[in-house]
Amino acid sequence: MDQLLQDALSGHRRALARLISIVEEGNAQAQEAIALLYPRTGRAHAVGITGPPGSGKSTLVAELALEYRHRDLTVGIVAVDPTSAFSGGALLGDRVRMRALSGDPGIFVRSMASRGSLGGLARGTADAVRALDACGYQRVLVETVGAGQIELDVARTAHTIVVVQVPGMGDEIQALKAGILEIADILVVNKADRPGADRTVATLRAMLDPVRDRGWRPPVVKTIATNGVGTAQVVDAIERHVAYLHESDEIRKQERACIAREFRDILRVELFQRWLADVGEDEIEQTIDRLVARQTDPYTAARELLK
Amino acid sequence: MPERPLRILIAKPGLDGHDRGAKVIARALRDAGMEVIYTGLRQTPEMIVEAAIQEDVDAVGLSILTGAHMTLVPRVISLLKEQGAEAVAVFVGGIIPEQDVTQLLEIGVRGVFGPGTRTNDVVAFLRQTLRAPEP
Repeated sequence: MDQLLQDALSGHRRALARLISIVEEGNAQAQEAIALLYPRTGRAHAVGITGPPGSGKSTLVAELALEYRHRDLTVGIVAVDPTSAFSGGALLGDRVRMRALSGDPGIFVRSMASRGSLGGLARGTADAVRALDACGYQRVLVETVGAGQIELDVARTAHTIVVVQVPGMGDEIQALKAGILEIADILVVNKADRPGADRTVATLRAMLDPVRDRGWRPPVVKTIATNGVGTAQVVDAIERHVAYLHESDEIRKQERACIAREFRDILRVELFQRWLADVGEDEIEQTIDRLVARQTDPYTAARELLK
Repeated sequence: MPERPLRILIAKPGLDGHDRGAKVIARALRDAGMEVIYTGLRQTPEMIVEAAIQEDVDAVGLSILTGAHMTLVPRVISLLKEQGAEAVAVFVGGIIPEQDVTQLLEIGVRGVFGPGTRTNDVVAFLRQTLRAPEP
């Protein structure tokens, strides 16, 4: 493990890839790796990019990476796609849009499957981001499909959230989950050459106004990712957000909240596993049988088990 | 704890524009519980190997219908070796004449799948060829 870590830290891409695979698994070996990585993290700025399927996120991410390279920053990309609940497999196709990034040693692209349950995305992705952070990538772009819980999970791992929309969403914007607008630090209207782009921008600006006061007003940026139009402005906006977070000290609050949340989640899981080891699955199953038979209710049953 | 899913790269090297077969295989592998990284068209051997390394895949499937396999496949295999990734299993699908199959197997290709291959065969081959990764 030490050797693998040393290799990864000194720039061996295969070792870094292996490290990411290890931490992704969330098992004892992963925890060992995280223990070694953790002290070296905290330098990279993580940017979450989320939005509905078909909004051109992957293309945008590729363009953002290229722009960052023009500005001499190194970029890690984690592209997350959902694991099929049915088969446990996944089709990870985001690399298709990233041909232009190949051959650049300053870019590392990793595709990840969400691998299931709530919190599974956050943990595996967060640890992959840590590995990239520890190995010196200055910006880590995390791309996910916007679908409710996943957006919130992205928010937990990223410092800056970019939400991508496309024109013509019309009334759907009205019904848009308030959650997206609340977490967005930057809004992008991609495929802005389509009709309705200006109206979409105006609608989003109107919806953002009452939602946020704090020190940061989320800008709405138009892009045509397929030919790089507007992507420099998106990077400008991200960097302004980075500066804002540091100047206002928001970054420290944000980081503390993120670390606190993750730590409590981990404590909860650890605690439960230990308790479960003592009590045993049989007792749980028997209790569940009694619940099914309506002999008791979940809260009373839980309290009794915990005595 | 469930086993880590197998990670397979499916790539179309060279100028071949016909990707239906590759996509069929990719979906079948996904349905068989594998994580499939699909690279898309017009990949150079360098791009394929770069992806294979970054994605830490267990195997690379090359889909070639243009007859360029005797140039492209050896290049992929030698690049993998160069980068210390010779453990990655390489398998080939597409239009491969009988006489080339032996040669491909000799240079290290683990399986060749011509037209009419059933997706189940590819799934079974991969499961057999690749040890389940150690936890």
